[in-house]
Formats: sequence, structure tokens, C-alpha cells
Amino acid sequence: MVGAACALYAAREGFDVTVVDRGPVAGGTTGAGEGNLLVSDKAPGPELDLALLSGRLWADLAEEYAQAVEYEAKGGVVVASTPEGLSALETFAEGQRAAGVLAEPVAADRLHNLEPYLAPGLAGAVRYPQDTQVMPALAAAHLLRASGARLLTGHTVTEVLRGKDGSVRGVRTDRGELHAPAVVNAAGTWGGAVASLAGVTLPVLPRRGFVLVTEPLPRRVRHKVYAADYVADVASDSAALQTSPVVEGTAAGPVLIGASRERVGFDRSFSLPVVRELAAGATRLFPFLARVRALRTYLGFRPYLPDHLPAIGPDPRAPGLFHACGHEGAGIGLSTGTGRLIAQVLAGGRPGLDLTPFRPDRFSEEAV
Amino acid sequence: MTDGPHRLAVIGAGPAGLAACLAAAARGVQVTLIDAAPEAGGQFYRRPASGLGARRPSALHHRWSTWSRLEQGLAAHLEAGTVEHLPDHHVWTVERTGQAPGAGPGFTVHALIGPLQERSVAVRADAVLLATGGYEKVLPFPGWTLPGVVTAGGAQAMLKGGLVVPGRRAVVAGSGPLLLPVATGLSAAGVEVAALVESLDPRRLSRAAVALASAPGKAVEGALYAFQLLRHRIPFLPRHTVVEAQGEGHLEAVTVAALGPDGRVRPGTARSIPCEAFAVGHGMIPHTDLAEALGCRVDGVNVSVDDEQRTDVPGVWAAGETTGIGGAELALAEGHIAGRSAAARLHGTAPDPSPAARVRTRTRRFAAALDTVYRPPLHWADQVTDDTVVCRCEEVTAGRVREAVTDLGAGDLRTVKLLTRAGMGWCQGRICEPAVAGLTGCEQTPARRMPARPVPLGELARAGADDDESHDDGNDHAPGRDTQPPKPTHP
Amino acid sequence: MNPLDLVRAEPGPAFTVTLDGRTIDVLPGRTVAAALWAEGVTSWRTTRGTGRPRGVFCGIGVCFDCLVTVNDRPNQRACLVRLAPGDAIRTQEGTGHDD
Repeated sequence: MVGAACALYAAREGFDVTVVDRGPVAGGTTGAGEGNLLVSDKAPGPELDLALLSGRLWADLAEEYAQAVEYEAKGGVVVASTPEGLSALETFAEGQRAAGVLAEPVAADRLHNLEPYLAPGLAGAVRYPQDTQVMPALAAAHLLRASGARLLTGHTVTEVLRGKDGSVRGVRTDRGELHAPAVVNAAGTWGGAVASLAGVTLPVLPRRGFVLVTEPLPRRVRHKVYAADYVADVASDSAALQTSPVVEGTAAGPVLIGASRERVGFDRSFSLPVVRELAAGATRLFPFLARVRALRTYLGFRPYLPDHLPAIGPDPRAPGLFHACGHEGAGIGLSTGTGRLIAQVLAGGRPGLDLTPFRPDRFSEEAV
Repeated sequence: MTDGPHRLAVIGAGPAGLAACLAAAARGVQVTLIDAAPEAGGQFYRRPASGLGARRPSALHHRWSTWSRLEQGLAAHLEAGTVEHLPDHHVWTVERTGQAPGAGPGFTVHALIGPLQERSVAVRADAVLLATGGYEKVLPFPGWTLPGVVTAGGAQAMLKGGLVVPGRRAVVAGSGPLLLPVATGLSAAGVEVAALVESLDPRRLSRAAVALASAPGKAVEGALYAFQLLRHRIPFLPRHTVVEAQGEGHLEAVTVAALGPDGRVRPGTARSIPCEAFAVGHGMIPHTDLAEALGCRVDGVNVSVDDEQRTDVPGVWAAGETTGIGGAELALAEGHIAGRSAAARLHGTAPDPSPAARVRTRTRRFAAALDTVYRPPLHWADQVTDDTVVCRCEEVTAGRVREAVTDLGAGDLRTVKLLTRAGMGWCQGRICEPAVAGLTGCEQTPARRMPARPVPLGELARAGADDDESHDDGNDHAPGRDTQPPKPTHP
Repeated sequence: MNPLDLVRAEPGPAFTVTLDGRTIDVLPGRTVAAALWAEGVTSWRTTRGTGRPRGVFCGIGVCFDCLVTVNDRPNQRACLVRLAPGDAIRTQEGTGHDD
């Protein structure tokens, strides 16, 4: 998705773009995501700024592609089960409001007007009307097509070519060389591996997540609904399994249930303990789901960087190499802003956001 | 898991599962036979529900004597307590558990009970034998979603199990060895079979004759069916294919046409045959979901096994159609070999050579030869118009599937699914996957389908948890009882 | 000839169930799908996309085309569920869940 957005905005800046992927379109984490464009789970700071920028860009794209990419501005509802949880949530929301987020408190007695099937006894919630959803695989495919970029799927990059002066001059793939003065690493969870092909380090790690998909239902879950502790899990550094219920209905009918986080490498095996936790969390939030059937599960690997911020921008260690990866679980949402910023720096202009917090070489410095 | 006899869970009570169950139980293993159907027998030996009081169920079967032997063997083991039969158990996943150091493999089988499938139980075992069988492949054509169009196997299952037929006048079509018994079965049950439409080119039969003749029982069976076609006066249309099914809300007629030597419909040969029912099939596909959940290697669409029917996951065996479509005789042989191996390995020994190995070799060769003869028409996709629904669950048309490849850059089945929803519905692509593969030219790879059946979230939330209402009732069976199980029935 | 005669069936006494309120007779042991076929009914749900009629397709529980509501439980596979006296079968539309 990030690669598709980079291609789109770079092409709009007038660049001749070739997109290379060892797999198919949306074959990595994009195809395993829920397609959330969230501001609600982000604390004030550079990631939230990027999310707000991205949200505006998504809204622009939606004017043309809303139907094709299943763009749906359904809004998010974060619920708290205890009064203490609610006051923490409201404090969090206050900070977000100051940063430009729309966040509306919802009293306990109003909650069921928003979400009639929610469990009783919740302390309250905050509603985030800017939270939106797209169907990520469709979004990636349609943005790629709209970019007019040359698409080379099934081509594996084996080397990042460097000139005598150290600057990047293209890539070698298993099917030949591609020459270009600029190479954008949008390899997501595999971004660290691509960086190492250019001789630089970028510590992207996979953080596995499962999603449960139910049978098709009439629209019973209207928003993206999740428990307040999700925010803490997102920000956590633990390798151990964490799950917090995230439940949302989709335009196509099924309800999607997340979210689990664990660092287990690229292990693709089905994990009943994880899926059990997801089901338990979702049925606590929405008791009616207990009798609804799960049809399938899927899993993906979020590209995780140690400080939970993506790497965006030029890499001073390899002139001509740009990074656009490491967005963890927010890559779909943050893709448009990332693509716009990358296109701006590719064109030699001033990026619309300060890229300092996203510097790709920030980890090697810390190591030194 | 160290108390009492070793416990083997056999999943599937068709020919392979029954043969495996009897072979293992006869060798001192405590077997739990877990099956989705209310009665043992699988699809092949499906019989009328007992309430229907069939006094001559053999009229719908052949090789009834084999079934009688399996049934008696099972009854004796049930009586002796060496086998426990769990019918109406729909397995949705098998977990590798008990992997404590030195404990060896251990497994938990999770199954939903009854046709309502609202409650899940857990069955624990030291080893697992997958005999999950297969299901029918049907390639799409315009009108295939009309009520009245059923799979050939479906028509047969409804007849064998419910003693009902889909209409008074039927056409049977497609390709494969199943079509003959379906046509003659329907005819015997009083249905006017207006045509048996088979894309098979009989000339290919003669080319494969040497391999086919290596299985004399099968040749006799084939001759018997040919005779029955005559006897039932069923018009046989070889080198023909279905073009379209027509009707308003229900099937009224099918259009069939002759195939040219290039595998395309010959222009000007289309003809319409009025009918109320259309039974169609293009061969079989193995059920491999549970093998995939366990991490077993799957080659193409078949679970990969060694000479002892062991998968590459320790403690997991597989037998029958799940390892490759080959028919009941092969399933019986594989099941027997698998059951013997499982028993020996659980006792820490190697299995004795089995005479069934020769049967397996011969029937596998026969199945391979049949596979070269029975092929869907090479260009079946030509008939599939863009507005034909391909994914029946999500109502995705052929046009959208084609667009995903030509316009959106999909190059594999998973991406087609992501971009179109084909395969995301209730059946999880089991029905449309071969069609999507054929339409797009994508390779048919094993899909990861977990859970293997829809599971209520409330059950998923407690499955395998400590308070799980488990079926772990091994203590009810006195270990080491001296009842001598009867001789294994096969072969 | 009919299937019952073919196997010389001597079924137990028929019982009644309802299909959308209409009473139908069912022979013991039959599934919803078999009972409806015996009544000459071949479709009992409409799809959620285009509202097309569907009934039995695979007949063995794989394809989920024959979904039906039995005793207020939606999305049961008609080919698997055996009927009991008094069962209420309802044809279903769309997702099978009332909106």
C-alpha cells in the first residue's frame, strides 16, 4: 500500500515510476490488514500529524475512488469499561483534540444509540468521526493503476546498485537491472532486508497479528469499536502476546475482529490460543457475537520499528535511497501522507511535515 | 498420555478411516473414530437414515459385502470398547499439544457437535489419522446457480441418504467415473435420465487400456455400468459438454454441445434438453484443511505421505482421498496400511509389510490412468460468460475475476480473492477455487482455511481452555482388556 | 419405481413440520433438504447480493448453498440437519439475520 501511494504521488510530481515487488499486488502486510485509517489510537506527536495529513489525502482520493476502494468514513468508538479507564481515555482525547483530532465524549447512556449491540455496563466512550476504512488490497491495486507506474510483480530485488561515489543508481532483480537515480524502499515488514541490500541497517521487525472474520451480517456493528487498552498495546514494546478487542462491521457484511500483537518472527501457523483471545474479547464487547460464526482467520506481520514510528525520507548513508516503511499496524492509513512526503523530497521540495522524527538513520546513531 | 493404551484419533469414517480404525484397533490401539455424519460409511457407503426402514439398502450400492465386513468389524470393536465412535462431530481444527519435553507428540481435536454445530468439544489423542476424504469439483457454466442444478455427488448423496431425487427428468453431465453410477442410480430410482453427457473421448480410453486393465475389478465394474446404461436406456453423449442451464427461478433445460478434437465446442452442435434436474461434476478434490492446520506438507492439492501413510508431521497419518483422489478401493488399502503403521509406531516398533501395499500400488496406477482419461474440456472457460457467477457465496462474476487479472495486476489466487471476494464466503472457496484458477490461469495452491468449519465465536472463545468440557473420557475404557478384536477386514 | 420402493423401504410413521407456517409431512430420518425435495421444493433461500434463489448444490455440507432457518436458527445447512417433529423451517433472505 505504501509503495502504491509513493508511486501515485511521485507520478503526480512528474516522475517516471516503476514498482517492483517479489510477490503480487498487496501480497505482503497490505493483503492481511483491515484497512484502518485511524487517528483515534494515536497520541499527539509526529505519527498523529502524519495520520491527519494522510486522512485529508485519503478524503481527496475518495472523491474519485471511494467506491472502488470501499472507502467508508464510519468513525471509531473507543469504549472504557471502568470509570478510571474512562477518565484516562478522556484525558488522552483532550490531548488529541488540542492536536486537531475530532474526539467527542459519549456518555454511558448514549452509547447504545451509537452501537445498539454493545455490552451493557460500559463506563463510556469517545467517538472519533475521522476514523475511516478502506479495503486495502483494492486500494493498493487501484492507486497503482491510477499512478500509471510500470508494475513488475514477481520480480525480486537482489541488489541495490550503487555508483562509484556511493549514490544509488537502481536495483538488480532476478530478471535484470533497473536503472534509476532514486530508489524508494517501501518493502514494509521486509524493508530491513531491502535496506541491507543497499548496505544500510534499518531494524524492521515483524509483529504478528491475527484477524477473525465472521459470517456476513446485517450492519450490527456500525463503527470501528475497540477497548481503551488497545492504545496501550499498540504502544507497547513487549514481544509477548497482547490482545485487545477491536471489532468492526464492513460494507461487505462480515465483522472483522482483531487485534493481536506478538513478536514470533514470520511464523505463519494457526494459533488457537491467539484466536481464542480475540473471540473472547469480541464477545465481551458485543455479546450477540457469541452465536455468530467465524468463517476464517488470517494473519499478517506488521513492520515494527523500535520507536513505533515509520522510516520516511532520504537515507544519508546511501544517497538516492529513500525509505517508506516500518509503519507497523498503521501502514494503510499512513500511506497517503507517506507517499506525498516522499514525492515532495524526491522532487527536491520541502516536505509538508518535518521528517526529522522519521529519519531512517536514527537507529544507527543511537547504537553509536 | 502415558496411562493406558495409546490413543489414536481417526478423523473420517469413510472407507479409509474405517479400514485404519479397524487395523489400528486390532493391534492394541485405543481408537476414537470421529466423523461428521450421523452414521459411519462416509460418502461412498452412505445409507438411508434408519428411520426410513430400507430393507434392501444394497440396491443403491455396489461392493456391499465390503461394507458388511467393515460394519461388522466396527460393531465388534465398539462392543469390545477398543473403538469409540463419535458421529455428528464436525472437526474444525486439530491442535498440536502435549509437546512437553519427552512427552512425544500429543493432539487435541476440536469438533462441533451435531448438525447445528453450536457446541464444541475437545478430544485428546497421542496420534492423529486424517481420513477426511474429498468433495466434488464443479466447473461453472452459465445458469449453474439455478435451483435444480446439483453436483453429481450431491444427487447421489440425497438419493442414498434421503431416498429423494431432484426431479422427474434429469441430465447427468461433466467428466469422471462418478457420473455412471449417478446416472444409473437415478434411473433405478425412477428418474428419467435424458442424457449422460461426458466430455471423455472414448478413444483415450483405448490408449489407457493397458493401465486400466491392470485393475480387473474396476474393468468388470465399468462393463457392468455400460451394461446398465443400456438396460436403463440412458442416451450416452461422449465428447460432449454442457454449454448453459436455462430457467426462470428453476432449471427448465440444459444446452449441451459436441466437443471438437481441440477441446472446444463445435459450432452448430448445440442442442437443448428439457429437464428438471441437472447433476454435474468434474472429478474430486481432497479435503486438506486439517493437514494444513497441523503444518503437514501438501503437494499440489494432496497431503504428502510416505510408504506408511505418514505425513511429515510426527504423529500424523493420512489416508484415502485426502492424499490423492483414487476411489474406495485405494482408500481401503491406504487406510489399512496407515492403521497398521500407526499402531506399530505408537508401540515403538516398525509395521510388518502389508499385502495391502500391492493393492495400493495397483489402484494408484489405475487412478492415475483414469485421471488421464477423464478431463474437463480443455477450453471449458470459453463457455463462462462474463456475467456468469463464479463464486456462488459472494456472487462474484467471471467478468470481475478476469478484470482482477487484466486490470488490477493479480497473478495468483490469493490476490484474485482479495480483489474480488471470490472465495471469501461461507464455503471459503472450496467450490469456486478450481474455477477461479482455470479462468485466470493461476495455479491452484492449497488454501489455508482455518477454522475448517464455521465456529460460533462463543465456542471459539472457550475452545481448549482449561475449563473446556472435554471429551477426555479415556478412563471409562479399561486399558489392556483381553477381548480379542476380530480379524481386520481389509484386504 | 421410486427410491423408497427401490430399497424396499418401510419407513416409520411420518411426522409434521412447518415450512413458512405451512404443514408438511416428513418421513423419519430425512434432512430438511430431503423433506423439501420430497415436497417438490427445490429452493428455500435468496442470496444477499442479487436475491437469487438457491437450494441444494453439493448435498454433503461443503458448499453452504442450501442455508435455511430452522427453529429460528439461521444459516443451517439443509442437507445436514435432520428434522424432528414440530420443527419450524423458514426460507431465508440475504444474511439470514433479521435486520
